[in-house]
Amino acid sequence: MTKQMPPEYYQLLEEIQAIDFVLVELNLYLNTHQHDMEAIKQFNETAQLSMQLKVNFEKKFGPLMNFGRSYSNYPWDVDDTPWPWQV
Amino acid sequence: MFSQFRYWKPYISPFDPCKPIRVKSYSTPPQLFMGFQPPGLPQFQTPHQALMHGTLWPALFSPYPDPKKGVKPND
Amino acid sequence: MFYYEKKLQYPVRVSTCNPMLAKFLIEQYGGADGELAAALRYMNQRYSIPNKVIGLLNDIAMEEFSHLEMIATMVYKLTKDATPEQIKAAGIADHYVDHDRALFYHNAAGVPFTATYIQAKGDPIADLYEDIAAEEKARATYQWIIDLSDDPDLNDGLKFLREREVVHSQRFREAVEILKEEQGKKKFF
Repeated sequence: MTKQMPPEYYQLLEEIQAIDFVLVELNLYLNTHQHDMEAIKQFNETAQLSMQLKVNFEKKFGPLMNFGRSYSNYPWDVDDTPWPWQV
Repeated sequence: MFSQFRYWKPYISPFDPCKPIRVKSYSTPPQLFMGFQPPGLPQFQTPHQALMHGTLWPALFSPYPDPKKGVKPND
Repeated sequence: MFYYEKKLQYPVRVSTCNPMLAKFLIEQYGGADGELAAALRYMNQRYSIPNKVIGLLNDIAMEEFSHLEMIATMVYKLTKDATPEQIKAAGIADHYVDHDRALFYHNAAGVPFTATYIQAKGDPIADLYEDIAAEEKARATYQWIIDLSDDPDLNDGLKFLREREVVHSQRFREAVEILKEEQGKKKFF
């Protein structure tokens, strides 16, 4: 009855975690370096890559975000297990 | 690159009950020295490497525990 | 407003069922220099800090909540299937009698979380120096937990969290420099 996540889930999730981590780092850096054009370019490109990875992930493993930032399947699966602390 | 740990020798009394730790150390990570981060610092090769190190920039990476722990400092 | 994303900031792993480590980790959950105190400190200071550094306070606060979630995950994984015998042996029976395996905002010694952990003086320099100190204290706490832990997977996550304190401290130090800058003077960075 308990569903097990396949290795691909962990692999794709870690890819997103890595890309989103770059975004966190660049975001904090840019908060104190507003005129670093190169970093802004890298931030915007990385943001696009992150969105692409998430579209792909959500097709396979369901919505990542609540409140309408992701689409639901039928039946409603925004609240499906597993939660991040369970996997 | 500068060392990220500093070492000091505490006073040792013959009446100390525990086996003395002759050299004590503390961490002196990069943010103590960097000042305002200069633009264009080299980044880790891949996002995954950055994630594993906890920072995008090798210049801000701080190892713990001391990689030289157990190795006696000179003097 | 806030949105939830169903992922941890870092892939948390715990290799051994060792509930004693949960007792140490709870310091970073509900302790004075823990992630909850950090998140609430920055969330609260953002209202009264000058515009130039609001964004930084706000974003670091958000990241601290992600770290709180990582710590909670570690504690949850270390305790969820621990037997009463293991809980007794780990020295967390006093937690168990009050909370079972529920998490609770207290420190490693069982002292409940209190608002007095969160300083807010209203003076931007005083508050940012407070924040720098808070990051260095949290870094030190992670060091002492790593010293006590023999779980390599857990330590992997803890080293990530320690490094984040380093980066946050760096950014707060830069924020102080930004606030020191005089209006109209040429930027040196």
